[in-house]
Amino acid sequence: MNWSGMYTLLAKEVWRFLKVTVQTILTPVVTSLLYLLVFGQALEEHVQIFEGVNYINFLIPGLMMMNMIQNAFANSSSSLIQSKMNGNIIFVLLAPLSVLEFYIAFTLAAVLRGLLVGIVVYIAVQPFLDLPVHSWGYAVGFALLGSATLGTLGIIGGVLSTKFDQLAAFQNFVILPLSFLSGVFYSLYSLPETWQTISRFNPFFYMVDGFRYGFFGQSDIEPGTSLAVAGSFFVVLALLTLWMLHKGYKIRH
Amino acid sequence: MAACTPSRGVSFDIEQGEFFGLLGPNGAGKSTLINTMAGLVRASDGNIAVMGHDTVSAYRQSRAALGVVPQELVYDPFFSVRELLRLQSGYFGLRRNDDWIDELLTTLDLGNKADANMHDLSGGMKRRVLIAQAMVHKPSVLVLDEPTAGVDVDLRQQLWEFTTRLHEQGHTIVLTTHYLEEAEALCDRIAIIDQGELVALDSKHALLERCPERKLTLVLEDASINLPPRLEEKVVERDSNRLVLMLDKRHMRIGEVLQAIQTHGIELIDLHIEEPGLEEVFMQITRKDKGVRA
Repeated sequence: MNWSGMYTLLAKEVWRFLKVTVQTILTPVVTSLLYLLVFGQALEEHVQIFEGVNYINFLIPGLMMMNMIQNAFANSSSSLIQSKMNGNIIFVLLAPLSVLEFYIAFTLAAVLRGLLVGIVVYIAVQPFLDLPVHSWGYAVGFALLGSATLGTLGIIGGVLSTKFDQLAAFQNFVILPLSFLSGVFYSLYSLPETWQTISRFNPFFYMVDGFRYGFFGQSDIEPGTSLAVAGSFFVVLALLTLWMLHKGYKIRH
Repeated sequence: MAACTPSRGVSFDIEQGEFFGLLGPNGAGKSTLINTMAGLVRASDGNIAVMGHDTVSAYRQSRAALGVVPQELVYDPFFSVRELLRLQSGYFGLRRNDDWIDELLTTLDLGNKADANMHDLSGGMKRRVLIAQAMVHKPSVLVLDEPTAGVDVDLRQQLWEFTTRLHEQGHTIVLTTHYLEEAEALCDRIAIIDQGELVALDSKHALLERCPERKLTLVLEDASINLPPRLEEKVVERDSNRLVLMLDKRHMRIGEVLQAIQTHGIELIDLHIEEPGLEEVFMQITRKDKGVRA
């Protein structure tokens, strides 16, 4: 393993998003607070999903996860598409880095951005709410899994896209609907049966639900099942990405 | 140093320590060949080795031995020059490389631009940074893909001096260029590729020998003289006081022409000899390749 090379690529990817924190960290925090304000205030009186959990509190883990996964996706995908469009991706391709090192560096950077966004959102809502943590293990585990999965999807999106437009389509027509319809704002059981069935095919649902279990000890689905589904989804995506990178698909022509 | 046999029969060795020129018209496949060497392009067939390391099966060693200066002025807009060099260094496993980075910055006259963003640098400066990036891991082989395209005369001279110095220090240099005088001035050996095929590979001197005709221009008091038939057939242009002859330097001496003029008692006002250059050789080879007689 070229540990030092992999570490440098990871550091570069982290450094890159830290250079534009207004866009990469602050914006998602503000968006989350706005969601909280609008949905939380409007619906708090009317909706109670888990026993003993008011709606605003219910909303927070979902919003955290939605932001984590969207930002993890944005990190790897935008870095890749930009370096492909600028042409500076060659500096990484010329280096003695293996496909696995490339994958780990990009995914870990996406995970770090996801976690950072999640933590900042968590801190930002503290003055207003009292959010319990039932199990740090599940909370952190699903945060890592969700960010890593979306970081991997970001690599796939970045590799497949040859124009910003294509990536925007991938982001707006795949990632955004899947994250909005993942149970961030509602419980699976508040949906009609057909939509419940459809939701069960959305892998993001298991990430949100499992993450929420970490806070309240309550969830729509058994957290072990969510872990198995989300974990399998991640493994399949990771293998697919490694295969694509190994083939040099749309990167090494 | 590098043995390569990618598609369509391009197969040759570049010796270690050589200054090697890779020439060819636009679209001939020079950049493709270089990119294949660097692993940026996958060869459909055949293989390339850098310093004995196969670019696919031993890619870590082959990439560590190779520095590539790309043709396009590409850069990551997020970082300063020094940051870019540190990152590039790190990719190659060199974490504490500031002494060499400083040396490169000084040598390439970039010392006062270390903290500048690439955005703010001129084209020539950007080109130097690309060279520094290619050299940051001290590769044995340096590939320069049209390094002097679009740079001013001063910078071109500096780049020539820099690459010559690297060559003297034992680096193998592979240069592609459109400027044939550049290849003629710097390269020991030259390959000419055209339409993806190797059409010539020889030492510079041997290539130049392929075009033995030198152009002799004479300015005379009166150019309407009758030269001996052997010389007369070599005249390609004539006006009232000017004669232009193409002479095969292997068989015909300039003295012979001057003697003929002297015999006629005509005053020679001026004389100009143009030796054949790589450009003529290049034109001859690439035209022949397309089935056109030179």
